[in-house]
Amino acid sequence: MPSSIQGLSTIRILSQYHANLWIGGILFALIVLAGVFAPWLAHTDPVMDADLMNSGLPPGHDFWFGTDDQGRDIYSRVLYGARVSLTVGIGSQLINTVIGVALGLSAGYWGGWWDDFINGLTNMMLAIPSLVFALAIMAILSPGLTSLLIALGLTNWSFTCRLSRASTLSVKSQGYVQAAKVLGYSDLRIMATQILPNILGPIVIIATLGMGGAVLAEAALSFLGLGIKPPFPSWGSMLSDAREQMMLAPWISIFPGLAIFATVLSLNLLGDGLRDILDPQSRTRRT
Amino acid sequence: MLQYLVRRIVQMIPILLAVALLIFVVFSVIPGTFASSVGADGRGMLDDKVIERMNEQFGLNDPVYVRFGQYVLDLMQLDLGDSFRTRRPVVEELASRALPTLRLIAGSMLFAIVIGLPLGFLAALKPGTLLDSVSMVTAVSGLSIPKFWLGLLMMFLFALTLGWLPSFGYGSGGLRHLILPSIALGVAPMALLARTTRAAVLDILNADFVRTARSKGMSEIRVVRWHLVRNALVIVLTTIGLQFGTVIGEAVVIEQLFSWPGIGSLMVDSVTLRDIPVVQGCILVIVLFFLVVNMLIDVLCAIIDPRIKYD
Repeated sequence: MPSSIQGLSTIRILSQYHANLWIGGILFALIVLAGVFAPWLAHTDPVMDADLMNSGLPPGHDFWFGTDDQGRDIYSRVLYGARVSLTVGIGSQLINTVIGVALGLSAGYWGGWWDDFINGLTNMMLAIPSLVFALAIMAILSPGLTSLLIALGLTNWSFTCRLSRASTLSVKSQGYVQAAKVLGYSDLRIMATQILPNILGPIVIIATLGMGGAVLAEAALSFLGLGIKPPFPSWGSMLSDAREQMMLAPWISIFPGLAIFATVLSLNLLGDGLRDILDPQSRTRRT
Repeated sequence: MLQYLVRRIVQMIPILLAVALLIFVVFSVIPGTFASSVGADGRGMLDDKVIERMNEQFGLNDPVYVRFGQYVLDLMQLDLGDSFRTRRPVVEELASRALPTLRLIAGSMLFAIVIGLPLGFLAALKPGTLLDSVSMVTAVSGLSIPKFWLGLLMMFLFALTLGWLPSFGYGSGGLRHLILPSIALGVAPMALLARTTRAAVLDILNADFVRTARSKGMSEIRVVRWHLVRNALVIVLTTIGLQFGTVIGEAVVIEQLFSWPGIGSLMVDSVTLRDIPVVQGCILVIVLFFLVVNMLIDVLCAIIDPRIKYD
């Protein structure tokens, strides 16, 4: 290794104390708390309290983040927007993970025609960009939270599936799996109690990073007017409103964007931090 | 090599057919039809008889399996049907939109490569320095920033405030219109490329053949040129290929933001209006493009790295 690594560098300190894990975790926790306690933290109702007398006010004492063209408090709307983003981000990624693990694990464990079928399915899914597929699904469903969960939850499981399959293949031949077979455990029981706990690490990393992707995708779909419909606040749809006001009231677009950025950043840092801990091989590579 | 190329092209056909089947199935469960959505968007109610006549005209009353059979037969003749909205063949619609999208994607990938590659490379050669920290912070930020927000901010700064660049549109096809959307779209692949390059180069720096080359007195420049670049390039190229998929997906949003007349904005408009033949066509073209790019990159990797054998 080159000698410059030996010194106390920022990156070395960061990785030594798992700084990304801590920064990401704390930031994410704060955003979750902001969403959960939005009714107590918000100054006004995000939808009902529109007052045209206050429209387009810059950030100030009364309105911390300013107001939008309809006089609604942007600070309150950003807080409530966290609920949409987090619900869609966490929820859709849960669906993706369950589908991906179920298909990948069973394909790796059973092999045969099921494995071939799942492989073909995964190859096909990998060829369709997930945002494009989600967009197509949103064409069928009416805009709303449930539709977003379905569209984003069904389109991004292929990577998890591949990963679970590969890990299952390497775990399957281990002694304890063979022992469980000899003991007469059912296939499902072996998969759930013997294999799953041993392949979970990398899956958790992918799921965390995927949550950030889902938050971005939700914002993009809502921005296109195909996600959460106004007036209910979602960061993406707030930005879409802000586009027309860009010249007169730039702050309308600053804060929802910052909120998305902070959320995705926290999840990416958290995922990187988890990778450093759960996947020691990558740690030696990164430092 | 030629054999491999032919086999790869043949392998694409089942994937394309499967995608065609998938999107057909997805769209045949659609509850409303184009005719009913024309009436539903508030621009005027359509009479039930008119809806019935439109469905008849578009063949939407036939059973699903008849429609799919017809669809595959048409597909074989490169006939993607007619747009519900403009009544023009979908192939024509797509052809007129292809060039702007290709230019946008090329521009964004160029930006990603020109910035991301040197950033990751330098970071790996000088690990632990300020440059390394800065480039990795840039990378993680670039992966986290919403592209359309970045586009919006750049629009505000460079177009509306400073007036350096046009804020949106295609113009007459000049480069000035291409700059802002390309950067907005290219930031994420740039970030990922910087990270991947850094990791790949660090890996190779610790490899046995680099130590051997150094210990036999090879100059540092030759080590970098002969061993590092060639080996890292394969990993980097593969990353670029996989990024194409994400970039095409994100292009949909960026095109809409910048009113870019490409396939992405065509797809968003068609999704909103439920112009299903056009949506299907857009997806097929996007998937085909992604598959072709990745095939070309695989071939390129085999040329660069003779250890890769494809049998």
